[in-house]
Amino acid sequence: MTSIIPSPYLPNTDADRTTMMQEIGVDSIEELFQDIPETLRHAQFKLPSPLSEMELKKELNQLASLNTSLDNYVCFLGGGSYRHFIPSTVEHITSRSEFYTAYTPYQAEASQGTLQGTYEYQSLVCQLTGMEVSNAGMYDGSTAAGEAAIMACTMKNRGKVAVSTTVNPTYRDVIRTYIKGRNFSIETVELDSNLSSDCACLVVQQPNFFGYLGEMEAYVQKVHDIGALFIAIVDPISLGLFKPPGQYGADIAVADGQALGNQTSFGGPGLGVFTCRQEYLRQMPGRIVGKTVDVEGKPGYVMTLVTREQYIRRERAISNICTSEALMALAAAVYLATLGKRGLRQVAELCYHKAHYAAEEIAKLKGYSLVFLKPFFKEFAIRCPVAPSRINQALFNEGIIGGLDISHIINNAMLLCVTEMNTKQEMDKLVEILGRF
Amino acid sequence: MNHHYLLPDISQPGKMGCSLPVLDVPPTELPPKELLRQELELPEVSEVELIRYFTALSKLNYGVDTGFYPLGSCTMKYNPKWHEDIAKLAGFASIHPLQPEESVQGALQLMFELQEYLTEITSMHAASLVPIAGAHGEFAGLLLVKAYHQDRGDKARKKILLTDSSHGTNPASAVMCGFEIGVVASDSEGNVDMKSLESAMNEEVAALTLTMPTTLGLFDPKILEIGQLVHERGGLLGADGANLNALLGRAKFGELAYDYVQLNLHKTFSTPHGGGGPGSGPVCVKEGLADFLPSPLVTKNRGRYKFMSPAKSIGRIANFHGNFGVMCKAYAYIRSLGAEGLKRVSENAVLNANYLKEKLKQYYYLPYDRVCMHEVVFSARRQKAKGVRTVDIAKRLLDYGLHPPTVYFPLVVDEALMIEPTETESKQTLDAFIEAMKEIARDVEENPEILHTAPHNTPVKRLDDVRAARYPDLRWRMRS
Repeated sequence: MTSIIPSPYLPNTDADRTTMMQEIGVDSIEELFQDIPETLRHAQFKLPSPLSEMELKKELNQLASLNTSLDNYVCFLGGGSYRHFIPSTVEHITSRSEFYTAYTPYQAEASQGTLQGTYEYQSLVCQLTGMEVSNAGMYDGSTAAGEAAIMACTMKNRGKVAVSTTVNPTYRDVIRTYIKGRNFSIETVELDSNLSSDCACLVVQQPNFFGYLGEMEAYVQKVHDIGALFIAIVDPISLGLFKPPGQYGADIAVADGQALGNQTSFGGPGLGVFTCRQEYLRQMPGRIVGKTVDVEGKPGYVMTLVTREQYIRRERAISNICTSEALMALAAAVYLATLGKRGLRQVAELCYHKAHYAAEEIAKLKGYSLVFLKPFFKEFAIRCPVAPSRINQALFNEGIIGGLDISHIINNAMLLCVTEMNTKQEMDKLVEILGRF
Repeated sequence: MNHHYLLPDISQPGKMGCSLPVLDVPPTELPPKELLRQELELPEVSEVELIRYFTALSKLNYGVDTGFYPLGSCTMKYNPKWHEDIAKLAGFASIHPLQPEESVQGALQLMFELQEYLTEITSMHAASLVPIAGAHGEFAGLLLVKAYHQDRGDKARKKILLTDSSHGTNPASAVMCGFEIGVVASDSEGNVDMKSLESAMNEEVAALTLTMPTTLGLFDPKILEIGQLVHERGGLLGADGANLNALLGRAKFGELAYDYVQLNLHKTFSTPHGGGGPGSGPVCVKEGLADFLPSPLVTKNRGRYKFMSPAKSIGRIANFHGNFGVMCKAYAYIRSLGAEGLKRVSENAVLNANYLKEKLKQYYYLPYDRVCMHEVVFSARRQKAKGVRTVDIAKRLLDYGLHPPTVYFPLVVDEALMIEPTETESKQTLDAFIEAMKEIARDVEENPEILHTAPHNTPVKRLDDVRAARYPDLRWRMRS
């Protein structure tokens, strides 16, 4: 038998309810719903019968066990969501309920923890990207890219967004959805092609969707020559080793912050990192936290430049966004502070060397080759002798989640991702299984 | 405690907050230096210093677990602890969004069933769980509206109607979708002014966005007439579902004439707000709109679950499938309450709000003196006449260890105080809040200075917003 009475989340007793009804002057709670048309206030709800904590935990544990967890399987899958090592500090701090049960810090005096944590996040992200200013966070990397494209069109008063062919196809879809709302158009271009002068921006991914990196300075110059903005989508972990967008002249740099201390969690929650030049600060979407002083001159933090935001400016706001994925941004701050200067470099180097080891070993196999012979970071595309789906099935049977099947883009190609989490033993096994085809 | 230092202040060369493995493969030559970064200036702190620093920060924060948090329109209800544990199970938290569907059948089942529960709760035909926040769901909803009319070949509908009490996201989302805004007035009862709607509702209007209960915490008894008028003139009726908590287990948006609704799992379904995210803002639609939903949806076929993209989908609005971690908690909430439990949620939420309304209305001006739903909006106009503003009352509440209500919203109420107690607060808690509000009302008369200088007991006192905006200090810098 199941029973939820009394419910642990409903503390009023029957006696409380009776007293309260008397104070209000009604005989039944039903009377409080009198404004809802009579015929509509007794709707029937077909939902499963309630279960107790114990029963549901058991059921949901079983449901979770139907999924192949990366904790039990070896993973070589990336493509926008990455399995990096998350130090325990992150989970312990973000599990403090003073952080996770708070809301948007409208009351700054009671929210200094969230606010100062956000200021740390903004600072760390600026240090990492080499950009001048950062907002407090957005939904994910793709929506941050969409917002960046809108920002460029609005600032430049131009209606066309150019996106490089090597930007993650899903990001391109999201950018398209975002800008079509405002009736702007999108054009997919080769990175080295000449842009028409009605383009507001060029969106480039570095490392690109296929994992490869190139020198950006010349492209940045070409974009600036037509008075457009250069928008870089970056992998934050790669910045432990590679030149940051601020240094090659990007005007706006965005990233998915999931890799910074957040679980893959089937794709969400993630974190949209959004940074830009100081001069564009007042056109930047999203929440921003600033440092100020209280009436006694003590330092403190507040949400600032709020006249850009929807709850103040309504239809004249820069964006409709309210949330900053604050808890994920806090995780990113704790992650970056935990690893620090040496740690992040070390993680990036581990990814780099391991990915190159795997790539070299695979390239030695008969029938396999690297699709591009260019510098790469942790992801690389391989051409396989058979359909990648067949290889992935064989890998899965041996406890390995293989790479992303990109054979719809490049014939028989697979995008592999190697991070610091992958051991030599795992890579050797991968190579051994690949060698069977 | 001194919390006036930042990470660079405790950073010292050579420290690190965790250990990493040594390289187990032969190193490869690094790429040309043109691609590499010269320096990376991040703080260097030990684990113990890091933990103490962030723990100290957490103590400066106020959350639902700290105490009463009656922030109107935000539904700051208690977040059951074990729901957090569910979302952290390795089978949910540690799965990759691009894994083969066969390897994530449990996650897909959870999403499919959550879609089913949400469509049942709202009496809608289909739901997309992709929107990452409430405003993101609004954005999706309005893109659907646009696609729907365009698909019918009706290109004249370029306006969205809103009420003057609507959330700021409503107009902002409409503009993001390329619409113009029309505003419908509220009448003296706080309902939609039918004359205003009558004159505004023409063939240029794509949809009316109407929060229900309204942002005044009131249920508009004319909702069916409103829906009829909008539909007769070719428009759609959309709900900002922020206030669903008042209707749970009792009334359904679909039966109230709505064509679509955007929900907030972080409000109604008790997932924590995280200090400002992560949330989740599913959009639920009637049959005629289902083909336009953002991709992907989860379908079930012969016992197997898979992703699909609706025929005329507005496209992708996020990189993956939405905030799955948040969905896990909302799913657990619905399953642990069932239909009867959800009804008790709305009953207690509405009872609590009406109790506060009755107990406080002699002390604070109540602009709409009628039965309210899950929240009540007062005005501090009496106090304003004595030189005390809503902001002063809010700051004084902090001294009592209480989080203030939403202030200065909705805009149609002068000096608004919007109080949403939620069902998870006990009568004792409400009584303590009522006592504090009564004492504050007395202090307005007898000792207003204590309000002007409030708060007194918080880690910082009133902060200089003007300075923050005029001289933006948005980050620290660290140089080698």
